[in-house]
Amino acid sequence: MTDAAPPPEAPIPLWEVFLRSRNGLAHKHVGSVHAVDATLALQAARDVYTRRGEGLSIWVVPSAAIVASDPADKDTLFEPTGSKIYRHPTFYEVPEDVGHM
Amino acid sequence: MASTSITVEETAERGLLLARADDALVLGHRLSEWTGRAPLLEEELALANVALDLIGQARALYQATGLDEDALAYRRDASGFRNALIMELPNGDFAVTMARLFLVSTATDLYWRAAVADELLGPIAARAEKETAYHVRHAAEWLVRLGDGTAESHRRAQDALDLLWPYTGELFEPAPLGPDPAALRPAWEAAVAPVIARATLRRPADGWMQSGGRSGRHTEHLGHMLAEMQVLPRTYPDARW
Repeated sequence: MTDAAPPPEAPIPLWEVFLRSRNGLAHKHVGSVHAVDATLALQAARDVYTRRGEGLSIWVVPSAAIVASDPADKDTLFEPTGSKIYRHPTFYEVPEDVGHM
Repeated sequence: MASTSITVEETAERGLLLARADDALVLGHRLSEWTGRAPLLEEELALANVALDLIGQARALYQATGLDEDALAYRRDASGFRNALIMELPNGDFAVTMARLFLVSTATDLYWRAAVADELLGPIAARAEKETAYHVRHAAEWLVRLGDGTAESHRRAQDALDLLWPYTGELFEPAPLGPDPAALRPAWEAAVAPVIARATLRRPADGWMQSGGRSGRHTEHLGHMLAEMQVLPRTYPDARW
């Protein structure tokens, strides 16, 4: 039954998978899955990325819906912040009464 | 040469446990045969997950018999197995695999729900039901997409239903102990029909139904499957990991 040559297939869409491991935490990107639609993408994400109790909640997002910055823009976008250390909140004295921040 | 086979002294309790355990082990083994050859990496893991769920259920049920679980799995001849015949049929194509998983899991899920209150099966049923409910969902979604997909996938899904339907009667044969499978049939029909309709498939007519697995009369396929599954422990009876 399995020896017939498969017909040429359309590429299966790619989905990015985000998991929230605990209440109160943000969903975190963990990887991607192939699936023909959103329902199967959720199931695939569950089967691939939550085998060891990693998640309480799953988001899947079509990879095509993600707008990414161009790696070639790296210097323009990110390098200027390197010289602006005053943006880090390290110049404040934290009063002892505040405790851990 | 001495036989490596065991024979089981069957009580009513053991008969009940073995029927459920063998269902799970045989279907679990069939699904594990997809490992390395599933159509997608994602589906490979999904099928392996389901297979592992089923083998875990089989282990719990074998242990409840008070006998050696490895001996029950690896040292029994085909005629000692009590699984329904539908479990041992070869995987066929992906449509047959998914249609079987759907038809069987829908029945099994209802069975576990009914068994939660059962003295013997209750503790195992509660965990198994959660696992099985996911198997139903996964297989149902696939069956809908295969049936309502291309002309080729529709044809294969319909062929799968037609092939498997005569084996579904055995899932509801009355049993002397535990929940009455026959009583689950209306709920199974009600659960299966809308999925088959969504899949734009035709529900096969009820005709003559295959039977015999529960009393050890199996298809030729079980012997071949067991030969592969059991060859190592039977060749090296004292092998250890």
